[in-house]
Order: sequence, then C-alpha cells, then structure tokens
Amino acid sequence: MKAGSHLEKVLEKGMFAVTGEFNPPKGNDVSVVKRKAGLLKDCVDAVNVTDNQTAIVRMSSIAASSLLIQMGLEPVMQMTTRDRNRIAIQSDLMGATALGIRNMLCLTGDHQSFGNQVDSKNVHDLDSIQLIDCVRTMRDQGTLLGGAEKIEGEIKLFIGAVENPFGDPIEFRAIRLGKKVAAGADFIQTQCIYDMNRFKEWMKMVQDRGLDEKCHILAGVSPLNSERIILRKEKTLPKVPIPDVLIDRITKSKDPDEEGIRICIEQIKELKEMKGIHGIHLMGMDLDKFAQIVDRAGLSPRPKVE
Amino acid sequence: MEEILRYLDPYNKILLSGCGACVTVCHAGGEKEVELLASGLRMARQKIGKRMEVLELTPARQCEPEFALELGETIEKVEAVVSIACGVGVQTLVHHFPKIPVFPGVNTAFLGETFTHGVWEERCQACGNCVLEKTGGICPVARCAKQLLNGPCGGPSNGKCEINQETDCAWQLIYDRLKGLGQLYKLEEFIPAKRWGVESRDRGPRRIVREDLKV
Repeated sequence: MKAGSHLEKVLEKGMFAVTGEFNPPKGNDVSVVKRKAGLLKDCVDAVNVTDNQTAIVRMSSIAASSLLIQMGLEPVMQMTTRDRNRIAIQSDLMGATALGIRNMLCLTGDHQSFGNQVDSKNVHDLDSIQLIDCVRTMRDQGTLLGGAEKIEGEIKLFIGAVENPFGDPIEFRAIRLGKKVAAGADFIQTQCIYDMNRFKEWMKMVQDRGLDEKCHILAGVSPLNSERIILRKEKTLPKVPIPDVLIDRITKSKDPDEEGIRICIEQIKELKEMKGIHGIHLMGMDLDKFAQIVDRAGLSPRPKVE
Repeated sequence: MEEILRYLDPYNKILLSGCGACVTVCHAGGEKEVELLASGLRMARQKIGKRMEVLELTPARQCEPEFALELGETIEKVEAVVSIACGVGVQTLVHHFPKIPVFPGVNTAFLGETFTHGVWEERCQACGNCVLEKTGGICPVARCAKQLLNGPCGGPSNGKCEINQETDCAWQLIYDRLKGLGQLYKLEEFIPAKRWGVESRDRGPRRIVREDLKV
C-alpha cells in the first residue's frame, strides 16, 4: 500500500470503484458541506473535492476535505497548479496529510479567465505532470522536490491524475497519459464520456502502451439533461463530444432528466465490462440523484474493506 | 491618448521621442507615429485652451546610450519627456536624464514575430533557459496560456486554445511539427520543473556582462 486510503484498498483488491464529486460552498457555510456529504455517504468509495473549479472562488479543497473526513467520507483532494507555486504546494501537502487526507488529484486547473477573478495572475510554477512528480518524490523519497531536504514524517498519498480522451491533439493523449503514469500517477479519472466509440479508440491506444496495467483508470460519467447539453456544447470546459443519437434521446424525451439518468446507467454498465476500466467517476450532477444512479447501475452497496 | 494627456496636464513644453528600431518596424513608435501623436496632443491641448509645445525627435535606437544622449540638448529645453519607444527605451532615458520626468507613451506588450503585415504575435518571454530544442522550435512558455511544459491541457479543440479561438494551441503546433519531422519520440520525454527562481526574472532583473566588449 502506498497510502493506505480506502480508495486504494478498493482498487488494489480489484473491486470496481465509485468516486463522486463535491464542490465546496462559495463561502464558509459548513451546513452546505454537511448536506452534500449526507447525500454521498455510503454511495461512494471516495469523493473528489474540487479546487476552485472553473476558477470560481470556493472554500479551499483542503479545508472542505478535512470537514468531509469528520463527516465520515473519504476525500480525494484536488489540487491545481494554477494558484500555488512549489513552496505552497509542498506546504499544503504537509498540512493536508496531517489532517488525514490520503488521496489527491493533480491538475493544471481551468484558466482564470473562465472564473470570477479574471484579473488574477496564474502561477503554473509546475504543470500537472511535474506536480505528480513532486508528490511522488515527497512520498517515495521522503524529500522535498529537488531531492536534498528530508521531510519530517511521511507524506502518504494515493496519487491521481486526469485525462481528457477527447482533447486535441488526440494522438498525444495516450502519450500524455504515459507521462503521467511514469511520473507517478496511481489512478486516472477521465473527463465525461458520452461518445463510447471515441473512448474505445483512446482506450486502445492506452492498452497498446500497456498503461491500463500500470494505473487504475476510472471512467468519467455524468448524466445528461437539456441544460447540460447546452453547457457542454457551448460554455463549460473542456468540450467533450456528445453523439447526436444521445442528444436526440434527451430532446425528444418527455422526461429528459430521467432519460439522461437512463443513458448514464447504460454507459456505466458498458464501462464496467470494459477491459482496463477499474471504476467510474460520477460527476457534474444534482447530488440528490447520486444514490439512485449508483443503486440502479448495480453498484450498491459499496464494499467495506479492511 | 487620454491617459497621456492626464499625466501631461501640468506641463506646457514637452519632448515626444520615438525610436528608430523595433517600435518603428511594428508601427508603434517610429518617426511617423511621433508626428501623428504630437499633432494629436497639440490639438487636444489647444481645444481646452491650454496650448502645449511638443518637440519631436526619433533617435535610431533609444535603448543605446550613444543615441539616447543625442536627446540631451533638446531635453534641456523642455519640462517633460514622453517616449513611445518600448519600456526599455523609456528607462534608458530615465537612467541618463535624472532631472526630467519621462513618461511612457505606449504599453509595451510582448516580444513578437511579424506574423503577416499588420499582425504580430508573441513568441518569446525571455524565460532564461530555452526549451525550443525539446519542443520542435515552438515555445510553450510564450505560446501556451498555462505555460505547460509536458503537453496540452484538456481544453484545446480543433487545434485552437480554449481561451481564445483565434490562438493556435501551442501543443498542437508542437505535435504537428514533431510529427512532420519524424520526432514524435521527443514528446515522451518528461521535462522537469523549470528553475524560474534562478533562470527567470523572478530573481529580479537579469544582467549580462561581456568582459570582451567592455571599453
């Protein structure tokens, strides 16, 4: 075990994992955290805590992750390189692990021009792959980046990274995943998948490089509805392709929300049978529906592991 | 223009200085632009009944002391200087003429390439440790909105940057270039964290000394 987190144990035992996503409140209202935690508890193995996602200021990922631990949920603390240099990153990792955080997700972060602080300066002292390398160095060598200075205590973190199987240049995506795995990523969560055929093409490139055997890939899924089709196509990022046949199903349905959930469940079932997919990451949705989807996809109850 | 008029408000006789080098080439601060801006300033001041005398000069290269010092005689006759050279030119005058206020007349934006007539694009951020040999000669420090050194973010679509649809994704360009050169293997190499604090301007202004060129 590299970090001994619940998520790591589930994946290492070969069980199909379920992770969710939690956006901290746009303020310090702990009751919001409590309410959302209640909706996710017992339906996930771990829950991602976003780090000022789309560059919108929210409660810090570390603080919200720590609150979730108190509420009995295991967090995957997200960390972007947009807002911190390597001094802040390493300091925050010491603090986060001291608070009991055992999973993290290394990200570059959405550009500040998409958020509510467009005048800010982005940092990017490290990129996401250099961040993975930094965390692995701290965990496995017990030193700071650069290698010289010993860390007091141990930085036990199960290291995650992301990939967008649909981003351009497509051919670069598997190469980039390989760099992430080589730098130290233990698990990968993908962007939302709607176009299963294109996803399979990407998985083929991943398998050709043997990457599915070197890390745990969790496929990203998110239920569609009319509003999200528009958002996905025009506004939010990154853009991911949605096949017309799915858009038709939603727009022609009398109950688009239910149809979106049905599609999502079909996709989860298909992904579960796919070689090299070790779990799903269910995101971008109304958390009231979360338990229902996990249950209807045949993924509950979530396993207890020692 | 409004900004320039605001800080020139207390003065009635100024020198407007251009530069014959880079800013002439990019049509921002050469002799022609000096002439245009000078008449603009004169007219604007006349309109509000506060006439201002504007002298015009355009040394060959404002960032070199020999040329900058040519302005000395004229500077003695004025109350302030506006320079439409780049930020370096402005500071060369500040360095050599300690007793006169010098104001910038342009906002210096970037080190660029003339992409085509009338279009300039940023190409170099003078980061201090060139990575172009690893990236097919296309700079991700200057040309990627996130300065990513190990590949593109999740955002680009159709080869364009998600921040600006008119901007090519630097990593798409790098990928295409290396593919064309049969050097895609270069993309597999992990580029470690850059030494911004030692090599870049994050340590403060940089200085180059060539003993062999000193006199």
